[in-house]
This record gives sequence, C-alpha cells and structure tokens, in this order.
Amino acid sequence: MIQECVEQFACQAANISFNVDGLLNGFWQLTVDGLSWGAIYALVAVGYTLVFGVLRLINFAHSEIFMLGMFGAYFCLDMILGFSPSGNAYSKGVALTILYLAIAMLFAMLVSGTAAVGLEFIAYRPLRRRNARSLTFLITAIGMSFVLQEFVHFILPHIIKGYGGSNAQQPIILVQPKTQFTIFGASVSNVTLVVIVAALVLALLTDIAINRTKFGRGIRAVAQDSTTATLMGVSRERIIITTFLIGGLLAGAAALLYTLKVPQGIIYSGGFLLGIKAFSAAVLGGIGNLRGALLGGLLLGVMENYGQAVFGTQWRDVVAFVLLVLVLLIRPTGILGESLGKARA
Amino acid sequence: MSHKAAPESRSVTTLSQRLLAPGDGLRQWWSTLSRPMKWIFGVGGFTLLALLPLNTPGFIDTPGISFGGTMAAFVMVAIIAIGLNVVVGQAGLLDLGYVGFYAVGAYTVALLTSPDSPWNKMGPTGFLSKDWAWLSCVPLAMAVTALAGLILGIPTLRLRGDYLAIVTLGFGEIIRLLADNLSDITNGSRGLNEIAYPRLGETEKLPNGVFSSGNSMGHANYGTWWFWLGLLLIVGLLLLVGNLERSRVGRAWVAIREDEDAAEVMGVNTFRFKLWAFVIGAAIGGLSGALYAGQVQYVAPTNFNIINSMLFLVAVVLGGQGNKLGVIFGAFIIVYLPNRLLGVHLLGVNLGDLKYLFFGLALVVLMIFRPQGLFPVRQQLLAYGKSARKLLGSADDSKAAA
Amino acid sequence: MRGRVARSAFALGSAGLVVLGIAGCNQSSPEENKAQANLKIVEQVQIDENGAEVKAPEGVKAADPAGDGKATCPPVSIAMAGALTGPDAALGINIKNGVQLAIDKHNAANPGCQVQLKPFDTEGDPQKATAIAPQIVDDQYTIGLVGPAFSGETKATGTVFDQAGLVATTASATNVTLSENGWKTFFRGLANDGVQGPSVANYLKNTKGFKKICVVDDSTDYGLGLSTAVRETLGPVAESSCNISVKKGDKDFSAAVTQIKGANPDAVFYGGYYSEAAPLVQQLRDAGVTATFSSADGTKDPEFVKQAGEASKDAVLACPCGPATGTFVDEYTKKFGMEPSTYSTEGYDLGTILVKGIDAGKITRPDLLDFVRTYDGQGVARKYQWTDKGELTSTLIWIYKVQ
Repeated sequence: MIQECVEQFACQAANISFNVDGLLNGFWQLTVDGLSWGAIYALVAVGYTLVFGVLRLINFAHSEIFMLGMFGAYFCLDMILGFSPSGNAYSKGVALTILYLAIAMLFAMLVSGTAAVGLEFIAYRPLRRRNARSLTFLITAIGMSFVLQEFVHFILPHIIKGYGGSNAQQPIILVQPKTQFTIFGASVSNVTLVVIVAALVLALLTDIAINRTKFGRGIRAVAQDSTTATLMGVSRERIIITTFLIGGLLAGAAALLYTLKVPQGIIYSGGFLLGIKAFSAAVLGGIGNLRGALLGGLLLGVMENYGQAVFGTQWRDVVAFVLLVLVLLIRPTGILGESLGKARA
Repeated sequence: MSHKAAPESRSVTTLSQRLLAPGDGLRQWWSTLSRPMKWIFGVGGFTLLALLPLNTPGFIDTPGISFGGTMAAFVMVAIIAIGLNVVVGQAGLLDLGYVGFYAVGAYTVALLTSPDSPWNKMGPTGFLSKDWAWLSCVPLAMAVTALAGLILGIPTLRLRGDYLAIVTLGFGEIIRLLADNLSDITNGSRGLNEIAYPRLGETEKLPNGVFSSGNSMGHANYGTWWFWLGLLLIVGLLLLVGNLERSRVGRAWVAIREDEDAAEVMGVNTFRFKLWAFVIGAAIGGLSGALYAGQVQYVAPTNFNIINSMLFLVAVVLGGQGNKLGVIFGAFIIVYLPNRLLGVHLLGVNLGDLKYLFFGLALVVLMIFRPQGLFPVRQQLLAYGKSARKLLGSADDSKAAA
Repeated sequence: MRGRVARSAFALGSAGLVVLGIAGCNQSSPEENKAQANLKIVEQVQIDENGAEVKAPEGVKAADPAGDGKATCPPVSIAMAGALTGPDAALGINIKNGVQLAIDKHNAANPGCQVQLKPFDTEGDPQKATAIAPQIVDDQYTIGLVGPAFSGETKATGTVFDQAGLVATTASATNVTLSENGWKTFFRGLANDGVQGPSVANYLKNTKGFKKICVVDDSTDYGLGLSTAVRETLGPVAESSCNISVKKGDKDFSAAVTQIKGANPDAVFYGGYYSEAAPLVQQLRDAGVTATFSSADGTKDPEFVKQAGEASKDAVLACPCGPATGTFVDEYTKKFGMEPSTYSTEGYDLGTILVKGIDAGKITRPDLLDFVRTYDGQGVARKYQWTDKGELTSTLIWIYKVQ
C-alpha cells in the first residue's frame, strides 16, 4: 500500500507543469520585468538589512512602513496635488509629470521616514532600555505590524473619508505605460524605466551615504561594536534613529514606485507579502550587507519571474519562500556575506 | 537567610506589578498547595469549566454565536498553545510557522476520510469504517505531523533565534501554498468536505451521533461535546507535558532556553533535545488539527495562514511562555474575547473587527511591561524541589531554635 | 571629502533626472485630458444555457413585501448569516441590506405583523459558521434564514439546518455540489456555477462568435470551478497556450499578460474576483491587448469599474444576479446611502418571499419550509420557483456590459 501511495504521489506531483519553453521564449521580457520588480524589493530590503546590521533585529513592521508610504503617496496625489481618482491617465506633459512624481515621492518618503522613526521610539527604544531579549523584540515587531495594518484597515476610514478600509484605493494613474524601446525583443515601458532608474539613483546615493560620509561611518561603527563606537564619540541612539530613517525613506520611495506599477495595490494588506519577499531578498544577498540587499532584491525579482514562467503563475510566491528557506539552510550569511560591520579603509 | 517560600517583595510596586498582581497572587497561592490539593482544585476547576456551557451565566454567554462552539474552538487553540509552548516556551525555539503542523494534522484526517479526496481509504468495516475512522486517524495524524516536524527540524534547528523564526515562517507558508496549489493531491482551494467524526450516542433524534453538526439544539450541542472531548485531551496532555517538564528532557530544554552554548558545554546534546521539542510540539499540533477537521468537517488552505500562526504565538506569549496552564488562559483570551465582543459597536466601529488591533497592542504593551506574560513560569528546582525546600526550611527552623 | 561626496551625489541626482527626462520625452505627444468617463455596469440581456438571448417577459411585476397591509402574526424573526466583517464583508452587507429593506417595508405596511431581522456575522469562516449555526437554530422564534453567503460556510453548516428543518435560502453561494447533499432545507436564490459557466461560454462562443479565447482563473474554489466549466464548454475555442492560473491576492500579472499577448486571442475570460480582475484588465490594456475582457459575478461589482477605470470599458460580465431596477434602486439608495450591489437584489427577493410566507400564516418552520418549496412568483431579479433539490427551475444568467 505504501508503494502505491508513493507512486500515486510522484505521478501527481509531476503534474506541476514544467514549461521551460515559456521561459526561453519570453526570457528577456521576463528578465526586464523581473529587474523592475527587483528594484522595488531592493529598496525595501535595504531597510531590513540596515536595521539588522546595526541592531541585530528583524524589523517585522517594515512592511507596514512601506504600506504607509503608499498611502502617503496617494494622499499627496489626491489631496495636495489635487488629482482626483477616476482611473484616467493624466498627461500633463513630461516635465510636469516628473515634477509631480518627485513631489509625491518626497511626501511618501516623509510619511514612511516619520513612521519608521516613530516605530523605533514607541516600540523598540523602551525594550532596549529594559535590556530585553531578541525574542521580545521580534514579538513586539509582530504586534506593531498588526496594529498598523488594522489601524489603516478600520480606523483610518473614520479619520479621512475614503481612505483605508477593506477595498483598495481607487487608483490615480499618472503615467500611462507605453513601450519606449525594445531590447533583445523585450519591450521596456516608461514605467519600468522610471522604476529602475529611480531605484538605481537612490541605491547609489545610499551606498555613498553609508560608505563615504561621516554618519555612514558611524553606522558601520555601531554595527561593528556599539560600545567601542560610543567610546569613540558616536552617539548610539542618534545612529539608530538615522538607520531607521534611511530605511523608512527608501521604503517610501519604493512605495511610490510600486504605485506606479500597480495602481490598484494601495490596500492595508499590500505591504505584508512584499515585505516578506524583500526580507528574503535581504537574506539572499547577505543580511547586514547593503550591496547584498540590492543584489538580493534584483536577483529575487528575476528568479520569481522565471519561476512563475516555468512552473505556472500560482507558484510565484512559493519561489520566494523556497529561496528564503534554501538560503537560510545552505548559506545563512547570504551571497555576499555579512559585512556592514566590517571595517573599510 | 530563610529558605521558606518568601512572598515577593512588595516594596517596589511599579504600576505593572500592581495591575498584574492578581496573577502573581494566584500563582503564589498555587505554589503553596501540596500535590493532592493541586489535584483536587484542578479536577474541580476543570469540572466547573466543563459544566459551563450547560448553564452559562449571562455575562459570560456569547450572544450571536454558540457558546459551546466558542468553547470547542477555545479547546482546540488551547491544545495548540500547549504544543507551541513546548517549542517556544520550554525549549526557547521561536516557531512562527506552527500553523503548518496544524494544517498537516487536519489534512491527514481529511485526506484519509473525505469523499472528495483521491486518497480516501474509508471502507465498510475495520479500522477505517464509518464508526471508527476518526478515532483511527487521530494517532495517524499525530504520527504524520511528528514526522513532518522531524523533516522540518533536522535541517533548520542548526539555526538560532531570528533565523529560525524566519525559516519556520517560510515553511509554514510553503505548506499552505503546497496544499493550495497541488490540487490533484489535496483538492486545492476547493477543500475537502465531509470528513469523518466520532460516532457516539446515535439515537433516533440524532442519527449521526452527538458529535455531528446535526446536534445543534439546546446547550449540549455538538460544540459542547467537542469541548468535553478536548478537555479530556487537555488533561491527558498536561499530565504528559508536565512529566516531560520534570524529567531530564525538560531540564535539558530549560538549559537550552536559558543559554544554549553553556548547555552544550555542560554536555547536553542540544540538537537532539531541540529536535525532540519540535517533534513533540508538532505531534500536539497535529492532534489539534485532527480535532479541527472532525468538528468543522471541511478543510481548506485558507484557514492555515500566517495570521493564525501569529495568533497562536500571541496566546502563548500572553499567557506566559513556559507555563502550560498560563498558555491555556492565553488561548481562552484570544478565542473568547473576540466572540464575546462580536457585534458590540463603539463609535461606529464594530469591536469584533478590531480583534487584531487589540492583540497587536496587547503584545506591544506586554512586551514592554511584562515580557514574561501574565502567568510567568517560575524559576524553580525541577527535581526534588519540594523536598529540598522542606529540608532547608527545617534547617532554618532548627537554626532559629538553636 | 565632504565636498567630493556632495558633488558626486549632485552629479548622480542630476544624471538620474536627465535620464528620466529622456525616458519621458519618448512618450508620444501628450493626449488630451480624457473626459471623466462615468462608466457603469449596465445590464444587457438574459441568456440561457446555450448562450442564446432571452427577452424578459413584459409587464410582470416583482413581488412586493408590503403585501396587503393587513397581515397579523406573532413575533417571529428571520435570520441572516454571512460575512459582515472581514475582507469579504461587502457581499454579506449587500445581502443583509437587501433583506433588511424587504423586512422594513413589510413591517412599515403591516403594523399587526412585525418581523425581526437577526443578523449573524460569520466572517466568511466555515469554523465560525459551525458555531453560529447552532445559535440560529436554537432560537425558537427564528423560522427562516437567508444565508450563509459563501459556499464554504454553506458546506460546513448545511446539515445543521437540514436537521433542524429550518429553511435556509442562500443569496450567493454558487458551488454546484451544495444541492447534491440531499438537504431538504437548501434553496439557492440564483443559478449555480455549473449553469453560469456553460451559459457565458456558449454566449461568447455562439452569440458573440469569438474564435479564440484565453481562460484565466484565480485558483480559488469559485474561480477554478467556474473556469473549468467554461473551458470544457468552449472546447477547442479555449486556447490551450494561454490557459493560465493566477493567485488571489496577486496584483502583478506581467507573466500572464505576456502569455496572453503572445496568443493574441479575441477574448479573455477571467474566473475570479474584482480585486484581481481590475489590475489584470488594466495591465492587459497597457500591454496593448485589445481582446474583449469577460468575467462573471465575482467581478460584477462597482469596485471593478472604480479600480480599473478606462480599462474596464466594454467588459462583458455575466451574473446569475439580477439587475437592480426601478423603485428598488431608489428605495435601497435612500435607505442605506449606497447603491445596491452584487446580491442585494437576491437578498431583497428572498427576504420578500419569506415575509410573504409569514403573511400567509406560515409561522412555524415546517410551514415556512413548505411555503418556500412550493413558491412560484416573480422577484426583482428573476422568477423564483425551486426544484426538489433546491435549485431554481429557470436558470437564466444576466449579461452586463461596462459602458
């Protein structure tokens, strides 16, 4: 009986379609799309990796910081800039559109940055004062994640009419996706281009900030050995706030880029899955390593797309989780290894 | 220096201590009882609890949802909480994907007994006949889930702390996604219906027995019967787990929880004991899954999501990690309160909706002010503790007399 | 060092802006600001199982819950069970509002017979539903039920109502197997997926004449069941190279869109809910796919139009639910401050049938059960008459278009 069970299982399991042709046919398109998703994962992953590097804490609530950034961007476009949701693409001309996007991005970054710093003050600082275990930090992070999600879900609609609630926000579409050029047969749309370029610029700026500036040196010092850093005159608390701030700013930027790609995605639960994938990306590249987070993000985006082409679209999320588990089991330090704390001359 | 059981010093009464003092007072009183007295109170308490659905006082009753049904759900979560307590509270392994074991247990029973399943093995007679199917499947479910715990644990238990948490989270989701996607094996999102349940008390009025959903009138409805069954199982589990706690295994777990490296240095085979914790926790989770499958008689992947995993963790953390009675109380809070507040409106917001908000807030506040939970586990000598205390107490007395 | 860093940061930032500018420049000349399109889902026609259009009978009035105003009855209640909170609450609330409207109209017109509505929130969770069903059944004043709303909860609780002899009419559970359990108390107020699927497939194939259709499902119980029925009925018309399954909760469908674009179909049928259908149709239109977009009752919701905007234009939606017409719309909108939506009409019609039974003196469970079993009358959405299995005798599907 056991033998027939195993045979039955094997035959049925093989029913997972193995569509390698689909992968080969659409390879470049899948790669391009994967890179644009990967760019968003990369930006969010930086938040996870920085906080882990400095505090050795997985900031579970970072996905909600991202979600708040989405609502911030929407609020800016809706209330401040005065677009009204009607699902129409507005074409005010190139320069103006970029200006509006930049304003919305700045506002989203503001909201996310504030939320991240607020999170640190409310949830993590009291625990640090009391010398809590790392388990405690993780549980608090989970709790804050719940709180923020449900706040947007149920309480926000009573504060600002039409925001939050169980349904996604009615989309405001600023940029109508149009193919700009094709590369190796893959069409690159303007949205993809904006996302990749913006993410690249931000990533490079962050890299410069961490590796070439004074407070970047401070971050690396605290990550390496916080006590000695304090002795050398680095204010630990201020560095921690800066770390959360940077993570929040990047998450806010990623939120705006995400709303460009998926305008219907602004919903209270919109951050959760993306957060887990971004965290997988951070682990994949090497948690605590900034460049690792960026690399991991791009890699995860591309692998996900390939995976869903080969196995079928419903396996897309499984790819992310399986990659996460595999990386943690085989090489927990990730591709580039932990290095935020390593001294650089 | 006196070794008598000294009451906790009340000279520094912070607000949290004052607020949570009833819990501490209760624990204090409980620890002064002798074994037989503890048994008497325990049996009495459980009997009272069992009789509660039959004659529910007004302020406890849940309008809008059957009290028996709520108690049945509570008992299932309590069993999960006991299992998770073994993993998180006693061995100190943070498992965020515990709902995966719950799913494996429920699906094992469902796959073997549901007519929708391609693996349906029910027959007219023997172990898998209609009358005995559920009962036979329960140990099978526990075994399969324990095996799953073994398979999961072997590669992952090398990791520590946060990494372990994330890996288990990943595995929990993978199990759910597999159940959802492999529709040829598990019927996918359509779920499995008409699962077997224990056939007992078949009468003319209740042709399918007291555990079937047909038994819905009155107070002794099928929810209450499942509640009683669950209570019996809980008593058995508490005995088992309590025994484990006081044995070498339990002491090893405490050592691992407190400082794994020191334990390793002292000769405790940490990997083996961590694996045991995982396997035992998994088996208990599988048991609860089997109960769930039998009661709801419909199993689908949507119920086994990450949110529920977090909710189970909340129960354990709230009640007191490591304290097997405390986590039962934690489970009671997270199941009973939302059902009690169902339909209660405050300022235009339905309080039942805000269940996760409150639990999230409770977690955050609790972690700041009382991270050990409402009923913390006591630091105590695990073996010969009582006789040691008695000896030292008598030594004190003789010294005082001298 | 500071200066160097600042300068390179500035250089990078401006380089980025320049690239963005070039990217933007390649956009074709700016289109005119499209006029705010007021897209709405408008009913077109009813179709039968072969997809042929069936004209509605003229001059038949829907039953009025107010009745003759002279009914008397002891205090009885009608229960309503469904998801009133949680992610799928919109559907449950629609049904509850429909039933509420019927009951309130009745109570206002009949001072001698006041019927109470008892709503129960199941959150759409089958386990919760199993705990709520006994509560409903236990209440001796409850003689009828509209609900549960979802197929999962109905599966889990059907036996409870059957054993208690409580008539349970569902306004929305469309799973085909529900009527095959032998429950004497199960009555479905709309056509099931087994009818909806073939009907819309035949409509697309025969009446509309599409030759190549891509069928996409969302892997849920409802979506997969519906899409499988569509695929089977379409036969060779369903293009096998774009036979796709996505996941509920997804927002990005780039791989699916690429596949569909490659197959170049005449129409795309999506079996699933509006929260995925909206981004899907948006991304299809953005990629330049001009095929007609078609879907079913899970998508037929004002949210679909709100979220997809212009992209939802000319979408063909099937629904067993009837359109809200005439005075019903006005009364509903006035009472609840929102327009009637999916299943509101069914809730109203089923509530009307139950209060009509109470008016006729059927105030015990067996009597009311019998009344519903032998009922034959017109509602706002359709004619209601049931087979002995609890399915409607006339199973016409409505076709809607977004215009």
